[in-house]
Amino acid sequence: MTPPQHAYKNRIAWRAAQDLREGCYVNLGIGIPTLVSDYVAVDTEVIFQSENGILGVGPLATPEQVCVDLINASHQKITVVPGASYFDCAEAFLMLRGGHVDLALLGAYEVSVNGDLANWSLDQPGRANTVGGAMDIAAGARQIWALMQHCRDDGKPRLVEICRYPLTAAGVVRRIYTDLAVLEIVDGCFVVKESLESLSFEDLQQRTGAPFTFSPTWKPLITPF
Amino acid sequence: MINKQVSDAASAIADVPHGATMMVSGFGEPGVPKALLTALLEHGASDLTLIANTAGTGFTGIAALLQENRVRKIICSYPRCPGSVVFEELYARGAIEVELVPIGTLCERIRAGAAGLGGFYTPTTVGTRLAQGKEHRDINGKTYVLEMPLKADFSLIKANKADRWGNLVYSAAGRSFGPVMAGAATVTIAEVDDIVPLGELHPEHIVTPGILVNRVTLG
Repeated sequence: MTPPQHAYKNRIAWRAAQDLREGCYVNLGIGIPTLVSDYVAVDTEVIFQSENGILGVGPLATPEQVCVDLINASHQKITVVPGASYFDCAEAFLMLRGGHVDLALLGAYEVSVNGDLANWSLDQPGRANTVGGAMDIAAGARQIWALMQHCRDDGKPRLVEICRYPLTAAGVVRRIYTDLAVLEIVDGCFVVKESLESLSFEDLQQRTGAPFTFSPTWKPLITPF
Repeated sequence: MINKQVSDAASAIADVPHGATMMVSGFGEPGVPKALLTALLEHGASDLTLIANTAGTGFTGIAALLQENRVRKIICSYPRCPGSVVFEELYARGAIEVELVPIGTLCERIRAGAAGLGGFYTPTTVGTRLAQGKEHRDINGKTYVLEMPLKADFSLIKANKADRWGNLVYSAAGRSFGPVMAGAATVTIAEVDDIVPLGELHPEHIVTPGILVNRVTLG
């Protein structure tokens, strides 16, 4: 059997999902973060917010469940859980900017050692930029976790000293989940909390664009698939 | 007797002049006033400025107005998205002006327009290129950027049900921009799936009060 394509994305999503606490209000960004809700234990009440005006986003809709007016911010047809509510976009962003959403899980092109986030523009001439809610969420959610591939497709690091791409927000990322490691940003430094046991310090350093330290509580990064 | 219902979408938008500024509701497919957009295309008004979340997808609605060169400028948050082929082609050859606004700022600018406010300070975009050239201000130790209100000549919104006073209720994620854009224009026109007798919509359930709506038409 061939492994599913992009299994690393599911592993990143699974690992981040293990750190969601009951009662958390969470916004999931486009990309890897949308996979996170699949891996939250069914008996843990985590409330997902979608910036198009929904609290209590449930699993993706099956063909029988589809309601044309029920989509998430990634335009996927969804369901809602009992207790869900609908509201307009101004109220959705009141929740986000006003610090009422505990946690936003966002995709990222790059994150810098001081927590700068770049996830909205690849700065390509002639190509229109699109920003959506990225800047509002990055500026307003109480905590930002970045879920991303550790390196670019060409092997260059995405965790860097200074972002090359235009910033979405400065100094906002607290934690980073990648296919190789779980890191925290502490006082302008990457601190590795978990990493793949098969990777040596040198291996990880080669793939990371800034110095880092290992946490005293370092553990191997283990996922079930 | 107050009756805001007009016979059809074409009559509802008949007085839109060339050069008008138009707000258009919708986030993805839900909440898009399709009949009003089709009527606007047939009506022929051009040199329009649109205020919307996206620049349209496929070849209908906003995308059709763009394709027919009716739109001079678009103020939106998410112009490039899967299916935005018409916009991308116009943009690549410099045939449309874009003002890119983060969606939370876009909503709040529209809300400020409807609410009679002169603008507001937001933390969104601080430290990014979208804040360049804007007034910054430190308030209680945090930096904010000044954003200006948005108003329009017409708001085209989509709701689920209306009564003859223009009270509105919405359907799920079809709400998104409707309640925000209602009242932010000189004339707010609501396209709805159903018009019910006055009194049938419970006062506790009405989302947009009729004072913010000028015309209602069936979609």
